[in-house]
Amino acid sequence: MNRYTILIYTENFIGILNRITIIFTRRGINIDALTASESRLEGIHKITMEVSVTEQQMVHLAGQIEKIVDVIKAYYFKDDEVVYQEIALYKVPTESLDPGLEKVIRQFNAHIIAAEKEFVVVEFTGHKQDTQALLEILKPFNLLEFSRSGRVAIAKPKFSVQEYLNNQTYNH
Amino acid sequence: MIRGADIVVKSLIEENAEFIFGYPGGAIMPVYDALYDYSDRIKHVLTRHEQGAIHAAQGYARVSGKVGVVLATSGPGATNLITGLADAQIDSTPLVCITGQVAAHLLGTDAFQETDVVGLSMPGTKWNIQVRRVEDIAPAIAKAFLIARSGRPGPVLVDITKNAQVEFGEYNYVPCLGVRSYRPYVKIDQSAVNAAAALIDAAEKPYVLFGQGVILAQAESELKAFLDKTGIPAASTLLGSGALSEEHPSYVGKLGMHGNYAPNLLTNQCDVLIAVGMRFDDRVTGDLKRYAKQAKVIHLELDPSEINKNVACTVAIQGDCKDSLALLTAAVKENSHESWMDRFRELEKEEKEAVVIHDLHATQGGLHMGEVIHIINKFKEDDAILVTDVGQHQMIAWRYFDYKTSRTQVTSGGLGTMGFALPAALGAQLHDYSKQVICVVGDGGIQMTIQELGTIMQTKAPVKVVLLNNNYLGMVRQWQQLFFDKRYSFTELENPDFIKIAEAYKIQARKVTEREDLEAAVAEMMLHQGPFFLEVVVEKEDNVFPMIATGCSVEEVRLS
Repeated sequence: MNRYTILIYTENFIGILNRITIIFTRRGINIDALTASESRLEGIHKITMEVSVTEQQMVHLAGQIEKIVDVIKAYYFKDDEVVYQEIALYKVPTESLDPGLEKVIRQFNAHIIAAEKEFVVVEFTGHKQDTQALLEILKPFNLLEFSRSGRVAIAKPKFSVQEYLNNQTYNH
Repeated sequence: MIRGADIVVKSLIEENAEFIFGYPGGAIMPVYDALYDYSDRIKHVLTRHEQGAIHAAQGYARVSGKVGVVLATSGPGATNLITGLADAQIDSTPLVCITGQVAAHLLGTDAFQETDVVGLSMPGTKWNIQVRRVEDIAPAIAKAFLIARSGRPGPVLVDITKNAQVEFGEYNYVPCLGVRSYRPYVKIDQSAVNAAAALIDAAEKPYVLFGQGVILAQAESELKAFLDKTGIPAASTLLGSGALSEEHPSYVGKLGMHGNYAPNLLTNQCDVLIAVGMRFDDRVTGDLKRYAKQAKVIHLELDPSEINKNVACTVAIQGDCKDSLALLTAAVKENSHESWMDRFRELEKEEKEAVVIHDLHATQGGLHMGEVIHIINKFKEDDAILVTDVGQHQMIAWRYFDYKTSRTQVTSGGLGTMGFALPAALGAQLHDYSKQVICVVGDGGIQMTIQELGTIMQTKAPVKVVLLNNNYLGMVRQWQQLFFDKRYSFTELENPDFIKIAEAYKIQARKVTEREDLEAAVAEMMLHQGPFFLEVVVEKEDNVFPMIATGCSVEEVRLS
């Protein structure tokens, strides 16, 4: 089993995410994390998924994903082939700031992005083990809420969806 | 400005749809109202159940090579299509299904006959879409036809809300020529062709397996040219039957669980395996761990996701096999493989003695299913179409029917849908009234869609229905006998008087129980002008052999 980051470029089409996820459901494969947003190219969406599967499964899954009519391209990468980040938000009681919390925030180079009378929201980005480490530390500070995103990722190998789109379709 | 419903019908006519197989209901009524005005330009066939409609469209599509069109209402009308969608998806049959849907403002409110058809049909369609505005109808239908028929064909569903059907909009039909995210064809990689040709030229015991991809690509003559030049033995999958005439010298038989002895056994003795337009289904390969491990595998396949899916190949030639076969034929040397071919012929003799004589030439005891097919062969034209259901009769009919031309085999392969045959035969017959369409069914399967006798009655489609009745769910019973200690758990059927049922539908019918009456009855059926229903009571506990049991290797194919 390897951990893969799958980058999927799709048309902005209702139901496309469903079409992709049922491929995993059918095979009993869990999607560990998922992020979807518009890509750099207008009208083209980028879905980033994180899964743990064998290489053979990954090849098969990518084939099934690319087979979807509204999928433009699907790429997959092992962890060392991508630069990735996850964002985490932590809601802690304002009264917990003193003492100790300030030191933790400095150590982690995290940010307070909102402060209310009752609570502050701390933002921290990194890999899962980093955001998880901060989570463990903040728990004793009466952590009120925690939210973590899926991966956003940039692949190290070069590829261009734009170039792919510019290429002429081969007509039979 | 015209109504959305008229746009639906005009768009279908624009796509040269000849038939619509359908069933009306509330949410599709505006389209039915529009159809009333176009009955001279497009024929609607009213089936007795939506499942019948979609299977009829499949039968039509499979024999014509055109897109089958289905029309159904929302809710239960649409859910009744699901089996046919799954069947068409796994067997790569081009369909465009149009379903009515509740008005857009009612979506998600559990309105009467509302169901999430787009969600339900997603895994069983190549593409689907919901249309909620009149201006989106024609582009959606244009895109649907392109997607259904191009590349590896498949079923597509367009769900149209009722408000879109009754609103007025501009009509200007523009055929869809391409979808930027969908590129089904690729240029053939000549280096892969050269690599494959080198393997083929060096091979001592090369072996071709061909599937329905050859038929879908209309590559029958390219396959024949390749075999003529190389002299390589070639075997067919279930859905590939007909792509090559069984009289061709290269033809050695059928693959799979109930295929022929030699083609299965020798898969594990060839040195180069050339798979053309087939997907190494588990019913063909048996145990994959012991499948053709000695061979180098060349795979000619359009769908990239099929390459290396089940069997790892040495050389993949991705692309339409009409193109790749032509290139490969040009690249290989002329050759012959007589001693290798002799191995097939020797084993064919063994099969003949062990199985075929029992199946076709019995002189006493109950009638065998094979005898019926054997006699049908005597009366059939070369281009007669055989439509079968699923079970023992399907395997027997496939084994013994003489396939001479392409698109003469219609059966539910991948999904194994009982109830497929009767409506599919109707659809096949409607495409061409002048062709013989023989529908072979079992007593189990026919009762799943027997209501379509009504559609045969109403359309007067001259389908020849041959019911092989053993009063059992025979294939399940065979497995119970062989693998479940003869515990015949719920497989025996108490059946109705089928002849009375056929006659109630005003279809001429005849029942045969004795061997000496069989030929005359088949002759009567085949010469009859209209539809005919022939029931043949066959041996109750007969088995289909050869057989590769589940989990076994192709070389463990058994003759008894």
